[in-house]
Amino acid sequence: MKVWHFSEMAYPQAWDTGYEMGTFRVNVPNSHYDPKLGADIYHRHYDEFQLCDELGINIMLNEHHSTLTCLNPAITVSASILARITKNVRLLLLGNPIANRPDPVRVAEEMAMIDVISHGRLEMGLVKGAPYEIAPANMNPVRLMDRFWEAHDLILKAMSTHDGPFSWESEHYHYRQVNIWPRPWQSPHPPVWITALSPHSGRAIAERRHVAAALLSGGIASGMFNAYRERAAEQGWAAPNDRFAYCALVGVGNTEEEGRRRADKVAGYVRTSPIVAEPFKNPPGYNPTPVNVAALKTGPTQSVARVQTKDGRTVDPTKATVQEFMDARTVFAGTPDQVFEQIKTFNQEVGGFGNLIIMGQGGTLSYDETRANLQLFADEVMPRLGDLKMPENPYGEQAERNASAAQ
Amino acid sequence: MALTVERIEVAGVSVDLATMGAGPPLLFLHGGFGLAGHEACLEKLAESFQVFAPTLPGFGHSDLPRSYSTVDDLAYFGLDLAAHLNLKNAVLVGACFGGWVAAEMAIRSTSRFGQLVLIDALGVKFGDRLTRDITDIHALYQADIAKALYADPTRGQRDAASMSDEGLTAMVRDSEALVLFGWKPYLHNPKLTNWLHRVDIPALVLWGEQDGMVSTDYGRKYAAAIPGARFESVGDAGHYPSLEQPDAVAGHISAFAGANT
Repeated sequence: MKVWHFSEMAYPQAWDTGYEMGTFRVNVPNSHYDPKLGADIYHRHYDEFQLCDELGINIMLNEHHSTLTCLNPAITVSASILARITKNVRLLLLGNPIANRPDPVRVAEEMAMIDVISHGRLEMGLVKGAPYEIAPANMNPVRLMDRFWEAHDLILKAMSTHDGPFSWESEHYHYRQVNIWPRPWQSPHPPVWITALSPHSGRAIAERRHVAAALLSGGIASGMFNAYRERAAEQGWAAPNDRFAYCALVGVGNTEEEGRRRADKVAGYVRTSPIVAEPFKNPPGYNPTPVNVAALKTGPTQSVARVQTKDGRTVDPTKATVQEFMDARTVFAGTPDQVFEQIKTFNQEVGGFGNLIIMGQGGTLSYDETRANLQLFADEVMPRLGDLKMPENPYGEQAERNASAAQ
Repeated sequence: MALTVERIEVAGVSVDLATMGAGPPLLFLHGGFGLAGHEACLEKLAESFQVFAPTLPGFGHSDLPRSYSTVDDLAYFGLDLAAHLNLKNAVLVGACFGGWVAAEMAIRSTSRFGQLVLIDALGVKFGDRLTRDITDIHALYQADIAKALYADPTRGQRDAASMSDEGLTAMVRDSEALVLFGWKPYLHNPKLTNWLHRVDIPALVLWGEQDGMVSTDYGRKYAAAIPGARFESVGDAGHYPSLEQPDAVAGHISAFAGANT
C-alpha cells in the first residue's frame, strides 16, 4: 500500500470571520487575508512536504478557490515548487478541476512540464470540482461532466500524440495546432486519478482504467470501489488494488490521547470545509435532476451534507467529534497500533485499496505537531502496510471469463 | 388553475403547448421559472386572443436536444414554432427570460408577428464592465430572491413539500435550463443591443415598478433601443407583473394590440 500525505494549506487565522459570516468560501473578502502570514504558511507547508520526501511519504496537493480553508488556488504553482525541491516521492495533484479550466491544452502543457522537471514523478488527478468551485470559475454547471470528459480526452491526446500538430474541433474546445512541448516524461502520459462519490462514477473511471479515489467518507468508498471492480470485470480485466485510493484524516501519537488530540486539530478541515453560503452550495445543473428533486422533497436544504457512520448514523461534519469521525472512517486516530488496526479493518471493508492518502495536517495542527505526526506514521505505521493482506477480488473469475471470451 | 396542455413536435423537438381562447393569435413565452403562476394572466388574455403558450425546450417537461446550448437555439425554435402554428400577424409576448428569447426572434424575423410585447425582459446590457444590470440571483439566498422578484414576496411562494414529483421535476428543469442558456454572459447577449434596430413592428415594453431583478431604468433603455417602442409600467408588481397583476398586464397588452392592428 502506497502512502500519500495531503494538506489543504488552510488559513485558520480568519476562521472567526468565516463562522461570523456563515461561509468559508466564495464571498469572504480577502481583506481578511494577510500576505505576510500567508507567506509563512506556504513555506511551512513546503517544508512539511520536504519532510515527506525524506520519510518516503508521497505527496498530494489539491486546489480550491476564494476560500480560507485552502490557500492553494493554483495547484500547478505548488506542484512546480515541489517538483524542484523534492527528489524522491511521487507528486499527486488531486486535482486539476479541468471542467472549470478554459484551456485544457494549457493544462497538458503544465502537467508535462511538472512531469519532466520532477523526472517523471507526477500523478495527474483530474477532478470534477466541488459545487462551490463553480462560482469562482464562472463555468456553466449544466453539462459540466460532458465538458470534463472532453477536456480529459483532449489532455491525454495532447500528451500522447508525438507526430502533431493535430486539430480538435468539438463541442467545448477548439484548437487547430495542438503540439505540446515538452511532452511528458512518462509514457504515454502520467497516471490519471479521478475522485468520485457514486458507483456510477466508479464505473466510468473503470472504463478508462484510471485510479479512483474516495475522500473522507468510508461509506462512499466500498460502493464506488465495488462498482469499479464489477465494471472492470465486465470488460475483461481484474482491477488491481492500486486502482483504488482512500483519503482519511490521521492523528497518530505516542499515546491514544495524543493521537486523538492531533486528529481533533486536523479535523478543523472537515469542520469548516462544508460551511458555504447557501447560493453557492448547489448550483442548478451540478447535480442530476432526480437528486435535486429528492432534495426539494426533504424540505429546506440541509446546511451541510451529512457524513454517514458505518452503523448508519448520520453526523454533521461541522460539529462532529473525533470519535464520530472515526465511526465514519473519516478519521484514523490513536497509537500507531490502533491506527494500523483501523486501516487494516477498513481495507477489509472496502475490498482492498492500494493507496492511502493521509491528511496528516489540517486545521490548526502546528508545524511541530505535523512533523511529529508524519514522523510517527512513517516510522511505526507505514512499514506494516506493505504486508497487509488484501481481500480477494470477488469479480476475479468473471474478469477471467470475459477476457477469454473476448479472445 | 391548470392549463390544458398538448404535446407537439416542432423541428424535431417535443414540447408542451398550452392553447386557449379565440381571437387574434398571441404567442406567450414564459420566464425563467416557466408558466406556473402565470395562468390567470393567460386566461385573461384568452378572453381577447387565441393564446399559444409553449414550454420552451429544456424547461418544464419539454425536451432538450443535446445540440441546444444558447438562446440562439431557442430563438430559431420559436420561429419554427410560429411557422408550425401558422401564425399570422400574431402578438409576440415574452416575459423575463422569454422576453430575451422574443427579442432574439424579433431581430431575426417578424414576418409572422404584428406586435412585440416585452415584459421585464432580460437579454441586453447597458452598464459598464463593473456595473451589472441584472441581479445575480444565483448569488442570493432564497429569501432574498423572492424579495428581488416580487413586489409582494408571498405571491411567488411555491410549497415544494406539497408538489408532485412531476411538478418538482419541472421546477428543477426550469432552473437548469435557465442556467444552461443564461450562465455566461449572465442572462444577456452582449450583441443583442446592436441588433434591436431590426425590430420593425410596433413594440411595447412593459415593466413592474418594483422589479429588483432588472430596474425600470433598464426597461426604459430597452424601449429606447427598439425603434418606436412604447414604455409602460405596472404598479404593485416586481419582475413578474403577469403573475402579480394578471388583469393589468392583459389590459396593457390588449389595449396596445388593439391600437396597433
